[in-house]
Amino acid sequence: MKQLTIISGKGGTGKTTIAAAFASLAENAVIADCDVDAADMHLILNPEIIETIDFYGLKEAYIDSSLCIQCGLCKENCRFDAITDDIKVDSFECEGCGVCAHICPEGAITLVERKAGEAYLSETRFGPMAHAKLSVGEEASGKLVAFVREKARDLADRYDKELIIIDGPPGTGCSVIASITGVDMVAVVTEPSVSGIHDLERVLSVAGHFNIPAVVCINRYDINEENTRFIEDYCRDNGIDVVGKIPFSRIPTEAMIQEKTVMEYSGNELSGEFSEKLNDIWESVMKSLN
Amino acid sequence: MKIAIASGKGGTGKTTVAVNLALSLKNAQLFDCDVEEPNCNLFLGYDLEKVEDVNVPTPVVDKNKCDLCGKCSEFCQFNALAVLPEDVMIFPTLCHGCGGCTIVCPNEAISEVDRKVGVIEGSVNEELVFYRGLLDIGEPMTSLVIKALQEHIDKNATAIIDAPPGTACPVIASVKNVDYCILVTESTPFGFHDLKLALDVMKILGIPFGVVINRCDIGDNRVEDHCIKEGIPILMKIPYDREIAKLYSQGIPFVNEMPEWKDKFLRLFRDVTLLSKMKDRPEQ
Repeated sequence: MKQLTIISGKGGTGKTTIAAAFASLAENAVIADCDVDAADMHLILNPEIIETIDFYGLKEAYIDSSLCIQCGLCKENCRFDAITDDIKVDSFECEGCGVCAHICPEGAITLVERKAGEAYLSETRFGPMAHAKLSVGEEASGKLVAFVREKARDLADRYDKELIIIDGPPGTGCSVIASITGVDMVAVVTEPSVSGIHDLERVLSVAGHFNIPAVVCINRYDINEENTRFIEDYCRDNGIDVVGKIPFSRIPTEAMIQEKTVMEYSGNELSGEFSEKLNDIWESVMKSLN
Repeated sequence: MKIAIASGKGGTGKTTVAVNLALSLKNAQLFDCDVEEPNCNLFLGYDLEKVEDVNVPTPVVDKNKCDLCGKCSEFCQFNALAVLPEDVMIFPTLCHGCGGCTIVCPNEAISEVDRKVGVIEGSVNEELVFYRGLLDIGEPMTSLVIKALQEHIDKNATAIIDAPPGTACPVIASVKNVDYCILVTESTPFGFHDLKLALDVMKILGIPFGVVINRCDIGDNRVEDHCIKEGIPILMKIPYDREIAKLYSQGIPFVNEMPEWKDKFLRLFRDVTLLSKMKDRPEQ
């Protein structure tokens, strides 16, 4: 079984549009939406949820006020400023390390499990899908990403699928690292803007740091063709394949409004050409992956 | 006054709004809290100097004192230590720096050393006071860098905070304690869906907010309809404009080339100032 993650560094370059198009082109794949704090793939794929699984993230300190003597040792020893002046736990700051529970002379503090989101196993018109929703403001996005990926692997085993297509989050931090560790390849979707280029370079370094092969796809390449050439040169110099260039178009937005992938939204000639490009990109990605 | 620029969805124009707003004001400070991918300076082009490293205290074990009792690994909630029959292994990137292992070790065998996870940089003698955080490649501890960056906010001046995308802890670290939050979205189904997630963050934190609709003419009207229905202020609408997109791609703040927008950003700032001070805010 192979795993492919779509990432970008910069947000809004078209990861989900392209991942959804790939989902419709793949013949035997599981789809995993690992952008768990702003998941959008379900808006196009309309998954029918078969199973919902509660997700428990980091634990959280709980202070039993009937036992607390307000000595302040917990506050003094907490490195995350998670204990307020009136000795209450600030949920947004608490990382669940347990130092306060250990240090409390009255045994007033315990660590409690906290539901931090939900994961879903679903069926879509393109095959099984694993996705999730992180509760607002939660810490453990990387842990939930790992959880979704584990569920996606279960689905792949259960339905004998040979590929997992993972829609990754933006950035380079915890949830990106969790989305790409151990995958066979990343496809980086970028755009020819100074931000797109900067973020592409950083996210390629992250992939390199974890020894994961990468290919690049340039979206809206015609917004700035000089920058597009810069990206192509940069990739060539670094031995990275550019698998395709997609022109600026309103088709992805129009398709999104109709809850369709760009492949399905092929009502006219223009979008036919557009989906043909994506088809070529998909074939190049598959060639690189295999 | 502290104003954060946030959004659920990435790539909606947070940095565009933050940079153009800061440049339209006099004496503003700008903080790039998207420390995984900080882009503000691509538009400012300032010479930045290192202000400080951001470090996490990480354990080191004195093997002469350690008797492999395993209390540290048992205590660690993040699995950053593993005690094997003949050795202790430390996984630095998993360590949150809570210091618990040093406290529970009965033999005082554990001490801590600083491990660098990022850096804070700042501008010197530029038009704006500008600071940014930069998370090191391969590091997961985003919020730590954001918190270190926020220590540099001068509370007596206007601070514009460019937040990262999403709704998870890095966003909370960036927008917590601000006076007002500008949510930037686009008029697409993804933009609308993620805006609603961002609205939940605002409500939980009790932060007053308004919306900027970028590329307001590319998709459908659901964002605008929702804002009107819920009484959410629409602070600005920016149409899709190939010229703005081109300037963006070149790293040029569009208020510099299209000065009429400077007035619009000043008006937005005036509106935000008023809205943030309204005592009897309508329920949002």
